[in-house]
Amino acid sequence: MSNNLRVVENATCTFCGCVCDDMILTVDDTEKRIVKAKNACVLGRAWFAEHTIEDAPAAMISGKPASVDDAVAEAARILVEARFPIIYGLSDTTCEAQRQAVAITDMVRGNIDTTTSVCHGPSGLAFQGIGESTMTLGEVKNRADLVVYWGGNPAESHPRHFTRYTVTPKGMFMPNGKKDRTVVLVDVRRTPSAPVANIFVQLKPGKDFELLWALRARVKGREIKADIEEITGVSLAVIDDLVQRMKTCRYGVLFFGMGLTMTRGRHFNSGALLALATDLNEFTHFVAKPVRGHGNVTGADNVVSWQTGYPFGVNFSRGYPRFNPGEFTTVDTLSRGDADAAMIIASDPASNFPKAAIAHLRRIPVITLDTKPTLTSSLARVAFRTSTYGINTGGTVYRMDDVPITLRKAFDSPFPDDETILRALKEKVQELLRSRMPRGAKSAFELPLSA
Amino acid sequence: MSDTICIINGSVYDPANNIAGEIRTLYVRDGRMVDAVSEPARTLDAQGMVIMPGGVDIHCHIAGPKVNLARKLQPEDHRRDPHPGTIFTRSGSGGVVPSTFATGYRYATLGYTTAMEAAVTPIGARHTLEELHDTPIIDKGFYILLGNNIYLQQLLKEGRKEEFHHAVGWWINSTKSFTTKLVNPGGDEPWKGRRNSNVSDLDEKNEVFGITPREIISAFIDVADAYGFPHPPHVHCNNLGHSGNVRTTLETMKTAGDRRLHLAHIQFHSYSGEPGQNPGSAARDIIDYVNAHPNITCDVGQVMFGKSTIMTADAPLAYMLRGIKKAKWINADTECESGCGILPFSYQEKIYVHALQWAIGLELFLMSQDPWRVILSTDHPNGGSFQSYPKLIRLLMDREFRRQEIAKVNKRAIGKTVLPDLDREYNLNEIAIITRAGPARALGLTNKGHLGAGADADITVYDENPDRELMFSAPRYVIKSGNLIIDNHEFCADFSGRTLHIAPAYDESIVPSVRTFFESYYSIEFDNYAVDDSYLHEHEVIPLSRAAT
Amino acid sequence: MTERMLMLLIAGRSSEQGTSLNKGKLKPEYQRVTSTAEMNEQDMARLDLKDGDRIRLSNGVGETTVTCTPRKITDLPSGIIFMPYGPSSSELMESDTAGSGMPISKNLTVTVEKVSG
Repeated sequence: MSNNLRVVENATCTFCGCVCDDMILTVDDTEKRIVKAKNACVLGRAWFAEHTIEDAPAAMISGKPASVDDAVAEAARILVEARFPIIYGLSDTTCEAQRQAVAITDMVRGNIDTTTSVCHGPSGLAFQGIGESTMTLGEVKNRADLVVYWGGNPAESHPRHFTRYTVTPKGMFMPNGKKDRTVVLVDVRRTPSAPVANIFVQLKPGKDFELLWALRARVKGREIKADIEEITGVSLAVIDDLVQRMKTCRYGVLFFGMGLTMTRGRHFNSGALLALATDLNEFTHFVAKPVRGHGNVTGADNVVSWQTGYPFGVNFSRGYPRFNPGEFTTVDTLSRGDADAAMIIASDPASNFPKAAIAHLRRIPVITLDTKPTLTSSLARVAFRTSTYGINTGGTVYRMDDVPITLRKAFDSPFPDDETILRALKEKVQELLRSRMPRGAKSAFELPLSA
Repeated sequence: MSDTICIINGSVYDPANNIAGEIRTLYVRDGRMVDAVSEPARTLDAQGMVIMPGGVDIHCHIAGPKVNLARKLQPEDHRRDPHPGTIFTRSGSGGVVPSTFATGYRYATLGYTTAMEAAVTPIGARHTLEELHDTPIIDKGFYILLGNNIYLQQLLKEGRKEEFHHAVGWWINSTKSFTTKLVNPGGDEPWKGRRNSNVSDLDEKNEVFGITPREIISAFIDVADAYGFPHPPHVHCNNLGHSGNVRTTLETMKTAGDRRLHLAHIQFHSYSGEPGQNPGSAARDIIDYVNAHPNITCDVGQVMFGKSTIMTADAPLAYMLRGIKKAKWINADTECESGCGILPFSYQEKIYVHALQWAIGLELFLMSQDPWRVILSTDHPNGGSFQSYPKLIRLLMDREFRRQEIAKVNKRAIGKTVLPDLDREYNLNEIAIITRAGPARALGLTNKGHLGAGADADITVYDENPDRELMFSAPRYVIKSGNLIIDNHEFCADFSGRTLHIAPAYDESIVPSVRTFFESYYSIEFDNYAVDDSYLHEHEVIPLSRAAT
Repeated sequence: MTERMLMLLIAGRSSEQGTSLNKGKLKPEYQRVTSTAEMNEQDMARLDLKDGDRIRLSNGVGETTVTCTPRKITDLPSGIIFMPYGPSSSELMESDTAGSGMPISKNLTVTVEKVSG
């Protein structure tokens, strides 16, 4: 550590969907790194400590260092020449960059999808069917006397969820914080989140829907068979106790994690939970919220929705957006072999997608934008190294409850940010498309299909 | 750089300058109307055409958190109404809640060049500005929801009127908004904190804060008056949609005395009858009061048959409507600031209440004596889409068409109204008032809604056509800020439009008190709350009519 | 003692996975964390496994070899094996999303066997 230190207050951690904006960062301007992140959790401390400036080229083409301009030109050529280019990722970058990415997809008539599709995508589908009674996190802090977590482990995935927003804070109508609340955890294993809960309900794997449906039935006063315990691992007595608590609380919350979406039942599970929260409004005020993952995955949902009308899995091949999960979502466009080029922004599908999808990614030209080398960037034709949002660049990020927050830059990076690269790419793509257009064409329908 | 343009031979309707259908030559330079241009870059021959200022929508829901939730909720509605791009314009999705790009282009396609988003939570202002930046062509602004703001209610309860004034100023500056919006004032706390109940009387004291809706409304009228806001508080009264709410609506207007007040979507507040029973029409009582009180402006909130989307900060209302079909429904609580309810909806000719609502809206229009103050709106998308404005204009202008439409709807509902007896037909000048000049004046936008020298060069040129729906559906030319955007019915350019907002001065000494409240009850840091200028892009600060106190 | 067992694999986040990915996904720490699986002590005993032993997980999609580490039976029920998301869990994920876009990565049935030597 040098003596050249500076403090940045009210900075925001963009590692997880909590998007805590109370960071007090101590920046070492000589060493170009953050030496202390006060208020950060274990994940946040690692996020700030590890994003230092590494000595690396800002762009690579086919594994060799290249100028950013050349890389932009090559990336534009790939996108314009492809028949089915896919753009994917987007949840670890700013809304400003996301807006450019959708614009590029619109121009090249490509396919855009975000990490939502492999995270709470099913919850998004459930939302489209059921709706959602929901809230910003401050309402939980101020009002919630019953907080239920289902299929999630915030102690490890969102470490400050309990302490900053939902359990321990004192709020307007919850003057004693945790003492005023009952916390319930429903999961298949006793995770490090369990000690926070007053009640831990251990459920058999893959039986979320069954238990949620039983709860709905009991909320409506219907009889259910005693074999519910055999099916779900949860007794009728426990179910009835939960139902009683949910109906009589003043302000109840159901938070849910990927324990619902990544297992058998997917959107049916999320839908059952959302329906339960809706049903409970007949008796009291009740809300629900998926505990979203990456720093700006919620921003990606918002941007893609306002620009196209649909939250993820959007295809522009007809000159207007269409939405079809299972068809235009990235695991599918890759594993089916549809995509003939891919631009991956701030994501690493090569390390967490099914292997059939990864195999296809190896067969097609790939463009990546990321702050660090990943398995995906190591197989890319064009790889940009970009600066880190919330550390080297400002911009807008949406917290898991749709609250937008403006980032504060801590120190400069020699690498350009995602938005800058994408803007340059958009301009290059536009130039290439215009050069291919017949003279006097006015409508996109007169554009030749990219080939 | 915008063009110099000259428009010749057109029949000009510019009510603010007392021009009603005269053939005039119009000149445009540097985005403004001017008295003359030598050697214009472009001359448009508007022979056989009608020229009006660009339309101004005083009340719609087009951007921000609740609109985006409603968009995400309805993929099925987007799918049947795609919006293809052109080489000049982005693609998008239509339907009742279009994507941002489609919203801007479709407003332009109706000849509208300004639209005001009518309900934004302060914490959602940043989101709203981002969406508005992606809403092309039109100028836009938004109203900030303060009628259920807990901090402000605490100040009122404690009688701290002076601090209340400055806190409102702080909030408007922190959000870059255009005016204050009150929705079901006092109703949030019973909804969120008292098992989904509501407030039902203007003089009912809130259990928690000990103040009444009337006190809230009155305090906001005082603030707007003292500051000289270009547009007064924009009020969505209590008891929206409930039988007998005419009493609440009249009392709300009386609360203003002779001070300025805007009542939003007044049709939804013009019902006789008893709570829980079927409503009747109280259009006569409401419009008589409005006609006699020049301090009141309102927009009608006309219901149009077909698909709509209920989206409102009035969460108890949305929950009540959800009870009808028990289909998909959103409730969204915003900490310390607001509630919100959203559901897809559809108005049907044969349903008594829907037909009555449709007829009451038309009654209000047809019995209005001052078109400057009774403004065209559908409370988009609550009463129907803004895309149905051309049909609404035809209903007002074409008595025969109106008769045909009346014949299609629930007869019992029509029997409760005087609609069949109303023979009035709006003329083009009156249409120019209720869609342009009137809303611009009610908003205090002195450069909009007219075509005099110095005005913003926002111009629409329609082909004269006896089918007024067709005529107002497809202008031949649209000029925005001096730029030709639609040329011979087709987009020939894109344009980003400006954000319109106000910047009332406030005493900085209010800030520590707001900060203390934030640190206790909000979940984001106070220093990260205010929206900075980078979100404004192109913008214009609309001046106040008097100096700050 | 048995040679092999059918178990339910649950992939998820963990603190270590989160902190190590910040260091870099190509770094050894991330690779170690994402190739370590948790089982309860009884299940490990049934397969004659000690902390740090290598196990092979396989299903109809593929197979992967990881290190195992014990958890108490009160924390992790019998028949369940937990592993942080990463390249190892990817090997076992089915690419069919049943029209949802989401591949299943929790509650996958896998065969678990000790790798000797």
